[in-house]
Amino acid sequence: MKVQLIFAGFLIGILAGGANLRAQSKPWERIAAPPLHAFNPHQPQRIELKNGIVLFLQEDRELPFVSGSVLIPGGSRDETTAKTGMIGLYSGTWRTSGSETMNGDAMDDLLAAKAATIETRGDNDSTSLSWDSLKGDTDDVYGLAVDLLFHPRFSAEKLQLAQQQAATGIVRRNDSESGIAFRESAKLVYGADGPYTRQAELATIGAVTLADLNAWHDRTLRGKLIVSVSGDFDAAAMEAKLRATFEPLAAVKPLPAHKEAIAETKPGLYFINKADVNQSNIQIVGLGTDRHNPDVPALAVMNEILGGAFSGRLFQKIRTEKGLAYAVSGSYGYSYDHPGMFRVTAMTKSASTVDATKEAIAQISALTDRPYSEVELKRAKDDILNSFLFQYDTRDKVLAERVRLEFYGYPADYLETYKAAIEKVTLADVTAVAKKYIHPDKVAVLVVGNGPEIKPGLDELNMGPAQPIDISIPRPQQEKKQ
Amino acid sequence: MQRKAIFSLRKSVLALVLAAMGVCGVRAQDLKSFEQRITTKVLPNGLTILICERPEAPVFSFATFIDAGDVNDPSGASGLAHMFEHLAFKGTSQIGTKDYAAEKIALEKVETANDAYEAEYLKPVGRDEQKLAELKKAFLAAQTEAEKYVIPNEFTEVAQRNGAVGLNAYTALDETVYFWSMPENRLELWAWLESGRLSDTVPREFYKERDVVNEERRMRTDSSPTGRLFEQFLATAYVAHNYGRSGVGWPSEVGQITATEAMEFHKKYYVGSNIVVAVVGDVKAAEAMPMLERYFSKVPGGPKPEDMTTVEPKQFAEKSVIIREQTQPFYVEGYHRPNYRDPDNSVYDAISDILSNGRVSRLYRSLVRDQRIAAGAAGFSPFPGEKYPGLFAFFAVPLPGHTPTEMREAIHKEIDRLKTTDVTDAELQMYKTRTRADLLRGLADNQGLANALAEYQTRYGDWRELFLELDRVDKVSKADIRRVANQVFVDSNRTSAEIDTQPAAIQGAKGGAQ
Repeated sequence: MKVQLIFAGFLIGILAGGANLRAQSKPWERIAAPPLHAFNPHQPQRIELKNGIVLFLQEDRELPFVSGSVLIPGGSRDETTAKTGMIGLYSGTWRTSGSETMNGDAMDDLLAAKAATIETRGDNDSTSLSWDSLKGDTDDVYGLAVDLLFHPRFSAEKLQLAQQQAATGIVRRNDSESGIAFRESAKLVYGADGPYTRQAELATIGAVTLADLNAWHDRTLRGKLIVSVSGDFDAAAMEAKLRATFEPLAAVKPLPAHKEAIAETKPGLYFINKADVNQSNIQIVGLGTDRHNPDVPALAVMNEILGGAFSGRLFQKIRTEKGLAYAVSGSYGYSYDHPGMFRVTAMTKSASTVDATKEAIAQISALTDRPYSEVELKRAKDDILNSFLFQYDTRDKVLAERVRLEFYGYPADYLETYKAAIEKVTLADVTAVAKKYIHPDKVAVLVVGNGPEIKPGLDELNMGPAQPIDISIPRPQQEKKQ
Repeated sequence: MQRKAIFSLRKSVLALVLAAMGVCGVRAQDLKSFEQRITTKVLPNGLTILICERPEAPVFSFATFIDAGDVNDPSGASGLAHMFEHLAFKGTSQIGTKDYAAEKIALEKVETANDAYEAEYLKPVGRDEQKLAELKKAFLAAQTEAEKYVIPNEFTEVAQRNGAVGLNAYTALDETVYFWSMPENRLELWAWLESGRLSDTVPREFYKERDVVNEERRMRTDSSPTGRLFEQFLATAYVAHNYGRSGVGWPSEVGQITATEAMEFHKKYYVGSNIVVAVVGDVKAAEAMPMLERYFSKVPGGPKPEDMTTVEPKQFAEKSVIIREQTQPFYVEGYHRPNYRDPDNSVYDAISDILSNGRVSRLYRSLVRDQRIAAGAAGFSPFPGEKYPGLFAFFAVPLPGHTPTEMREAIHKEIDRLKTTDVTDAELQMYKTRTRADLLRGLADNQGLANALAEYQTRYGDWRELFLELDRVDKVSKADIRRVANQVFVDSNRTSAEIDTQPAAIQGAKGGAQ
């Protein structure tokens, strides 16, 4: 009996005694993990059309649904600063306005009656149109989606609705303490006018016109579209259907490669007062890297050591050992095609702001001067590698990953090579990347909190006077006080 | 260890699933398919194990569903169930300790020191501040002594090193749920860990974890405008039942919960008959069940804890809360309704669907699209729990320049429409069609399915209700909707809460730095 074995193991461990008593009394290590059941993640079929458009088909017959998406290059980082927020308005107005043949409200009624959806969304580097329906409605819903893709109507009324919604977000943005903290700390890294951080204002969303939306649509639709469909369908029939729609399009015109100048992080201490909170939100930030960087696997291991949930150094020290925070995290970020952010976050009661900040900074410094142990390395690699399966345990995840890699121009076997690289990461690698990328003297520290309650005060951090950040919301119409 | 937020995702998922029983043609086929793939067993200690075979990938998810939450916290100890949930990640006598025998003695000393400190602290008169400081010092010293034996976070470390993802738990008012996903070849390791923490919890690092929970309260409630608003809203809506009590706990109470109290809660509520463990994924019941049975038999038996006697008395006076502060306006109101066992449960789901689901919903079309006064508006139910009579609640987020009063009036207009005019055939049919599809959509996710099966097994004593309740959904009629609306949405049954934005004071008014 297994249970008896466990206890037997436990007893032997105690009897053996000596320095290694612990190692031998770990009853869970006596539970063998049998070989994992064989598994070959089901790869989608990739078809590249002559015009450069790429199709992905992922059959999945478990449930009677079909869903799809058209991913379109170009997003909010490409909009003009004077019209910041335009992509949000575009993606909202696109769907709510509907197509030339069916307005958005009628489309809402029709789709809801079928328990189907068609939605549009905008991101910082792309926009997309997606759909989802029961199998029996595949043709109808696909037809509507294609109609919306090629013949949108962009109505003035729906643009105005989207502008009002966006205005609500703008005037409410200082109600959320963590919203302020994440937004303003990112600006310290990418600059207040940076393509990833500039914020929509009442004036910039007010400047957006229907002509802007139409122009954006016409321009981006000529880009390299990636069309992906998954669910309960016959691949050959679906391929024919997609070809009929997308093959007649002209050869794609790729957008110019995205290039942005990213300002240097402004190191130092920053403070934003918020009178209605009793907890400080501490952000320690700097610039990260992108996934093309061959050091990313070693950085991933370093991240697990620093910020892994439960086991990472930040969690162990600030939450478990000191009880200073519920929410604490940290990582050196890497995006697919632009530098991510290095970010350490902790939320602690006003009175322990200085304690928690000092502790977080100490943990960052320790990345460069506290030796990593084999135990830490092994644990971090186990955490990543033994759960790696969950990167592709559903057909939808496999498809989404392939679309992502295609969009950013990474090889289709990226995950495999990434995993192999993680396996090879050594202590020396982690030590080297930490020294190379972590610069405790170059980070910016932002505290959002209740000034009068923060005792001891931030001057105890010995970082000089905290620089104030003005987060007031510009109001073009002064009569609207709210 | 995330605590359920006030706009709980899970609650809305439950509402969907509850509503989702409107499956027509697909129903029999699905129930049959699940009958073939689901095996349940009640162990001699009363604990129910449910295995659902879904071998799509070599992984599994589990949900351990405890039929006790913060509604069961004793008077004066709000937040206790949640504190225990945090404790359940701290290990057992076999994991997380260097020497349990010595640690046990040290932990007892911590309790003694805490009792002495608290006794002095709570003295109504004649508190000796110097003595208090000494007692606090002794209490901290006892903690330091006990920590010598701790291997911090070893329980979670072992789970994560073995591939656990989504490792978390939540405590709601009605229940406490633990869950994660793992590669299928770690099933036995999981069974060892999970059965261990259910049966052999050690109150390790309790007082530091209490500090962590206090930070959780500051984050979710104190420092959030809607967190503050919803806490006041519920505290006002209820006069007797624990649904009106802060789930995360009132600061004075959660700040004084002891490890002893947490262990008493465990002893009373973590008995086999109060626990359902659901496993979904690449697991063969025939092989796994005997193994799981061996491990989970360790959980103590004991009677199902007695249900609470308190029944919220009928509300006869309208109540309201107004928070005047500098944050942006918000409006919420609620009406008492029966619990999930009420024959009209599906009627409430139909009403919330028709009022709130998507851009076709009445509240969106009226407040957002046509009147242009709100950024969003919805009705939802039951809130804050389903086990006992909860509320049917509405909220609306005003557009700039619009007020909570306008939200209230606009919501009432839609409520009046429900009372005086039948919903359309199309609306009713849409509700039934969408809920059918939503139920189906949820079936392809191991974790979601594990949670839903465990919940239905607990709440109805039979997971099949997940599918069978659709008969009640199918029977919802236009007349039912009018009848229920007239019954429940009456002025004297209403509690409302709002944030009225006050002009900023002179200094620091802009939220800028000082």
